[in-house]
Amino acid sequence: MIAYWIQTASHAQLQGLWWFLCSVLGSLLLFLFFVQGGQTLMARVAKTAEERSLIANSLGRKWELTFTTLVTFGGALFAAFPKFYATSFGGAYWVWVLILFTFIIQAVSYEYRSKPANVLGTKTFDTFLLINGVVGVLLIGTAVGTFFTGSNFTLSSYNFVTWTSSLRGLEAAFSLFNLSLGLFLVFNSRALGAMYLINNIDFKGVEEFEERLRTSTLKNFLWSLPFLAWFLLQILPMDGFAIGENGEIYRQTWKYLFNLVEVPALALSLVAGLILVITGVVLTAKTEAKCGIWSSGLGTVLVGLTVFGLAGFNNTAFYPSKVDLQSSLTIYNASSTVYTLQVMTWVALAIPCVLAYVAYVWWLMDSKKMSVAELSNPDAGHMY
Amino acid sequence: MIENFDLTMVNWARAQFALTALYHWIFVPLTLGITWIIAFYHTIYYRTGSEEWKNLTRFWMTLFGINFAIGVATGIILEFEFGTNWSNYSWMVGDIFGAPLAIEGIFAFFLEATFFAVMFFGWNRVSKKFHLFSTWMVAIGSNLSAVWILVANAWMQRPVGQVFNPDSARFEMNNFAEVVFNPIAVSKFTHTTSSSMLFASLFIISISSWYLLKGRHEKMARRSIMVAAVFGLVSSAFVGFTGDEAAYEVAQHQPMKLAAMEGLYKGEEGAGIVLMGMVDSDKKIGDDQDGLSFKIKIPGILSLLANRSSGSFVPGIEDLVYGNPDHKIMGVDDKIVKGKIALTQLDAYKKASKNGDTAAATAALTMFQANKEYLGYGFLTKPEEAVPPVGLTFNAFHLMVALGTVFPLVFLAFLYFSWKDTLKEQKWLLKGGTVMVFLGLFAHWSGWIVAEVGRQPWAIQDLLPVTVARTNLTAGTVATTFFMFLILFTLLLIAEVSIMLRQINIGPKEVSE
Ligand code: HDD
Ligand code: HEM
Ligand code: HEM
Repeated sequence: MIAYWIQTASHAQLQGLWWFLCSVLGSLLLFLFFVQGGQTLMARVAKTAEERSLIANSLGRKWELTFTTLVTFGGALFAAFPKFYATSFGGAYWVWVLILFTFIIQAVSYEYRSKPANVLGTKTFDTFLLINGVVGVLLIGTAVGTFFTGSNFTLSSYNFVTWTSSLRGLEAAFSLFNLSLGLFLVFNSRALGAMYLINNIDFKGVEEFEERLRTSTLKNFLWSLPFLAWFLLQILPMDGFAIGENGEIYRQTWKYLFNLVEVPALALSLVAGLILVITGVVLTAKTEAKCGIWSSGLGTVLVGLTVFGLAGFNNTAFYPSKVDLQSSLTIYNASSTVYTLQVMTWVALAIPCVLAYVAYVWWLMDSKKMSVAELSNPDAGHMY
Repeated sequence: MIENFDLTMVNWARAQFALTALYHWIFVPLTLGITWIIAFYHTIYYRTGSEEWKNLTRFWMTLFGINFAIGVATGIILEFEFGTNWSNYSWMVGDIFGAPLAIEGIFAFFLEATFFAVMFFGWNRVSKKFHLFSTWMVAIGSNLSAVWILVANAWMQRPVGQVFNPDSARFEMNNFAEVVFNPIAVSKFTHTTSSSMLFASLFIISISSWYLLKGRHEKMARRSIMVAAVFGLVSSAFVGFTGDEAAYEVAQHQPMKLAAMEGLYKGEEGAGIVLMGMVDSDKKIGDDQDGLSFKIKIPGILSLLANRSSGSFVPGIEDLVYGNPDHKIMGVDDKIVKGKIALTQLDAYKKASKNGDTAAATAALTMFQANKEYLGYGFLTKPEEAVPPVGLTFNAFHLMVALGTVFPLVFLAFLYFSWKDTLKEQKWLLKGGTVMVFLGLFAHWSGWIVAEVGRQPWAIQDLLPVTVARTNLTAGTVATTFFMFLILFTLLLIAEVSIMLRQINIGPKEVSE
């Protein structure tokens, strides 16, 4: 039956499916940014080298997963929406280069931070992790913001991109709207990071550290609220980028509110997501519960799905151009051919399998918590 | 189609790609090879329960981990460089080229990333069996990622399974199986994985030789040398065999690259292979000089290797540039003419379709279809542009093959003296052994230089020159990021080497007997 669907689906259906799959990957990434958020807690919330080491070793078992999700998110966009890949990466050059930079320095930091003879010193590598957690997430947030505010590019008749701002994408960071999405993500991932650590660490001997993490969860959540509120207040009445009858792009006031109303699943997922995020935070701050991460994490995924859904579904241009409306990218004009999407859909059938073994290994490895005792046990295995 | 291109920008982008790829390639072959060897050690530990094998496994694992981190850091840059520096390429072939990259993520990177954590941190957390399973999965995952990236690279060398769509002006996939089972992908994958096994063996030989010279960890070093020499010898045989297969594919599909590899300017029947030679830097294409100022040739062999028939004709650079009617080779001049027709007709077709002039559109399309095979040549301005840098390609190829001949002898020597149990006395061999890993790296780099420099000016063979593949960026921008990457990667490399040396100095944990 699945085979039949894949072979007979229309191009538009496959394009919708792939926007959904990319949204899922993107939303999972927003959840997995708990790694980035957790990294930023090493600076203030952790007070001793031992606590920093607990954080590094706890997150150190997960950072690859976040990294790989980012890489696969990029790969999926490349395969399914190559025109977007070409336009955005080639156009908004500096934003992407800076984002990549923060991920290069992250990739080595866990492994090198506490090894003898690491030349730069533990402090430098911990600073790398901080930069990745703040700047990386902030810039990714502003880049996602341009799905709604638009970018400065034109496409020629052969689809070659010309960027009209010499800042090459960095101009996006000067929009209050984009910044507030970025800052919301930064604080949200810090709250998620704290909740993950509470879930993952055995606090025997460092009970007070747990208290600090619980307080930090609440604080960061409260800090995230004004930015979320600003984002939501701005997005609803905004002049959105709509696709007309014959494919031309026009500005439509209240476009994103219409999307919420016309696609109730999006509204539902937003409300459910927010409730779940709040539930997780309240559980963590007010009770002894350790499972806040699961509630808030799922909530973050749902909110993420809403954000990506608002940008791409219901006849909306997801990568709009401010300077030349008709250059705007939609999931219809930016996608691969039917054939490629079909092949990729066959491949995507493996995704549940991947999710299943990731979940199984996660469960298996985490059934024994990270503890202070383990840090000093020479036989425990590799240490960061 | 693309109005004016900035050659300086293109050169910076090439330099940046070469820089990141070569940095990536310090770490990749070690990862590909050593994960198998670690899995092998781990299996022995699992079978015997011996602490000694456990310590050995953990020692090589630690070195692997230090290496892995920087491999990941350089890899992500490569992937996104297609978007940032080669965005026209990404758009024009994203339908085909994006798929293997996405599949690589879904099938290989997740496998690697997930089981990597178990392999390193699972000692006291999971069952012994599952732990061993995870180590094998890391090896399989790494090598699966090689499959997909090499499918992508092979497609650029020989673009199969695709058609050009004049409406969207881009290349679209029409046969996924052809893309995956591209014979070049097969030869690349087998050659790359076997040469990576060889490289990992050299790595182990180098470190173990150093221990023997210093008189430390002797038992472990001897044991490692035995394992590495056997692995190395077997993989050397595969490297030679698959390298020959790679050369055959090159001869069939990229004759210009083959001619450059051999410095062959004038085609010959029963062509000989150059055993040793020097490229003449004064040689200009079309003059009377031979391309090599000095050479030792074995007659007939090149024809045999290239066409599997010793008397056959192997075209030289000048035959390919100026044409050779006797052997039905079309010159680049003619191809440029046809390519330009294809480009102008494509433009005419697009204009006519836009104006709704169906008759004109059909006429233009017919003309286009008749010449589209030569599309890429339409972007060249003179025939000589179709020739890659001969000196670099020639030298790299000969260095690789020479080293490919030396390595099995080295492994044999180590085996022989291990067997005689006089390895410790052979100071000359041990001293030579310590530098083998660097020679291995040079062989690997040479291999990629042959493959990539040898196919210039093409990003996609015959279809898209690198000048058209680029992004609309200023040279200054790309130069800036080039230096950013250069400085950062160099810094990280220094840290990596320093950490690695310290860990080697510490060595594996000894079991008190
Ligand atoms: C033959 C094998 C091979 C080749 C040709 C390449 N790589 Fe690579 N890559 C690997 C073999 C590999 C690996 C062995 O799987 C690595 C090396 C170290 C590691 O951590 O995994 C890796 C890591 C790696 C990563 C990080 C993956 C992660 O998140 O774990 C990325 C994004 C890339 N590569 C991308 C590329 C691109 C875009 C390439 C081509 C231009 C490329 N690689 C060439
Ligand atoms: C790991 C795999 C690869 C390695 C190690 C590699 C290596 C190299 C090397 C050594 C050069 C030579 C640059 C020079 O001297 O001019 C080069 C150039 C280049 N490669 Fe690759 N390459 C790899 C895969 C790819 C792939 C998959 C692409 C796909 C786009 C690609 C595209 C290019 C381009 C566009 C250039 C620039 C043109 C040039 O050579 O000057 N390469 N690469
Ligand atoms: C025994 C003699 C060898 C022969 C005849 C040989 C042949 C070749 C040829 C013809 C290519 C170019 C393939 C292409 O352009 O598509 C190549 C590439 C390559 N070689 Fe070798 N090679 C030999 C030994 C080695 C050794 C010893 C190493 C490393 C230890 C090595 C590593 C590589 C690598 C990494 C590449 C690039 C990947 C690829 O294109 O397959 N080779 N080799």
